Amino acid sequence: MSDRLKQARQFIQALPHSVALGMDVVDLKDGTAVVSMPYSEKLIGDPKTRVVHGGAVSALMDTTSGAAVMSHPSNPSGTATMDLRIEYLRAAKPGQTITTRATCYHVTRSVAFVRATASDEDSENPVATATGTFTVEGKR
Amino acid sequence: MSIRRPPEPVQLVKQRRDGVLRALVEGVPYIQFLGIQFERRGDELTGVLPFSDNLIGNPILPALHGGATAAFLEVTAIMTLSWGLIWEDMESGALDVSNLDQVHLPRLPKTIDFTVDYLRSGLPRDAYARARINRSGRRYASVHVEGWQDNRAKLFAQATGHFLMPQRD
Repeated sequence: MSDRLKQARQFIQALPHSVALGMDVVDLKDGTAVVSMPYSEKLIGDPKTRVVHGGAVSALMDTTSGAAVMSHPSNPSGTATMDLRIEYLRAAKPGQTITTRATCYHVTRSVAFVRATASDEDSENPVATATGTFTVEGKR
Repeated sequence: MSIRRPPEPVQLVKQRRDGVLRALVEGVPYIQFLGIQFERRGDELTGVLPFSDNLIGNPILPALHGGATAAFLEVTAIMTLSWGLIWEDMESGALDVSNLDQVHLPRLPKTIDFTVDYLRSGLPRDAYARARINRSGRRYASVHVEGWQDNRAKLFAQATGHFLMPQRD
């Protein structure tokens, strides 16, 4: 495993809520982050369909977007979510891992703008998309 | 002159409403995982998210994870909508409250979109949320949710979302 990926894993391991949801960093580089979240019984939001709760997808979107901001070449020393909007395109297939890719596409002195897409194992048809704005703490 | 029916004993009313609410909340694994509870005053619901280390997103501050906050507000919105849908059937007796497993509960509304506005960082303390249904039609509903911690007037987050209502069969 590369040092970069190791560092990225440590970033997620330091976030108790993300660990509790079973998240794992797949890639993190230059303002783009990829984080996965395996299916688990505790994530179920609809007992009849066994589909993962939207809130769990929100948490994954938020984590991945924040990681994307932190990995931006402008090197922010910290970030916090200001606004996050999620569109739920379709139900994720029960049993499948959800993977989110977030891109921090613009950073000013105080604000970072992010777009993210979440997919299950059918990566051609996303389950949700998100747009977020994040605070930027003093650059290193 | 018609004979008026005696009012239903208050304990029976409370037992029925609390029982339905419990079945609704306990049926969702993710609500149990986050530890969210609901308090009821008549038909008004307040979501309660007791603090737990598992909810932390920034260990240095420490602060609640934005995802935990979003999930809490979304859960409160869905439960408030669902509670509104059930209320009439529950009160009229159309809903069989003697057998409240998941099979008899109506389907849950589905989130179409959800926008969270983070106003201040979530403190390592209990959080509360209440939802207001701005519009509830046959197919769509629009809901606003407010989340606060120590001070009711100082929201730490608010959200608004659209939901697809379950179709009645």
